[in-house]
Amino acid sequence: MTAPLVVFFVLAALAVIGAISLILQKHPIHSALSLIVVMVALAGLYLLLGAEFVAAVQIIVYGGAIMVLFVFVIMLLNAGVEEHTSISKMAGAPGLLLVVALAGVVAATIAKSAAGVQAVPQTGEISSTLGISNMIFKDFVYPFELTSFLILVAVLGATVLAQREKT
Amino acid sequence: MVPTSYYVVLSAILFGLGVFAFIFKRNIITIFMSIELMLNAVNLAFVAFSQALGKLDGQVFVLFVIVVAAAEAAVGLGIIILIARNRETLNVERVDLLKL
Repeated sequence: MTAPLVVFFVLAALAVIGAISLILQKHPIHSALSLIVVMVALAGLYLLLGAEFVAAVQIIVYGGAIMVLFVFVIMLLNAGVEEHTSISKMAGAPGLLLVVALAGVVAATIAKSAAGVQAVPQTGEISSTLGISNMIFKDFVYPFELTSFLILVAVLGATVLAQREKT
Repeated sequence: MVPTSYYVVLSAILFGLGVFAFIFKRNIITIFMSIELMLNAVNLAFVAFSQALGKLDGQVFVLFVIVVAAAEAAVGLGIIILIARNRETLNVERVDLLKL
């Protein structure tokens, strides 16, 4: 087994364990911390894939900004241990079966198509960050400008939603 | 060199765990976190195929997905705060105003 394969399996195990822990934890703050483990493991996988800019953005935006927002809201609302009714506990077993079937079908289908993909040998000359910036500001410049508008609308919407109504 | 199919299978497993968390969890914040988990799983498939095909389109798409996820988190958490304030619960089973 080569070194990249070992690193892949360690990070993949970390991600899957984090995702299972997200499901098993009763308190939402523990689930949030498990999700941060998944995101850091995925950032490691992106580095393994040679996507260093995406890895950095994953850590900064997902692990930093979005998860801090989640933890902040959990603490703001003083969220307690979640409660399950007997019906929602019963739904767990058939739900698990269906999800295993779904993941199996999806994995089998796209793994078959991935096997047909001819892996292009990486030249290693062109930096992926340089290529991404060229693509964003040339080919995808209109979608890029639209995302700034989307963020503006989202910030306005969040402010309007969360403000206290004046009496 | 790790085969692309390994990444794709890991992505499918993470997506399945996200779907299960979405239907099994009862806390609205945890349900929202499982949506983020599903988005992350899709991002992994994007980057894996981007590397396999030697094109950067997939990585650019991942950046757009991350931006949309950030906007979605801001609005979604605003809605959660509103629900918590009006219904005084975070359990989705107690948010049943439209139920007969």
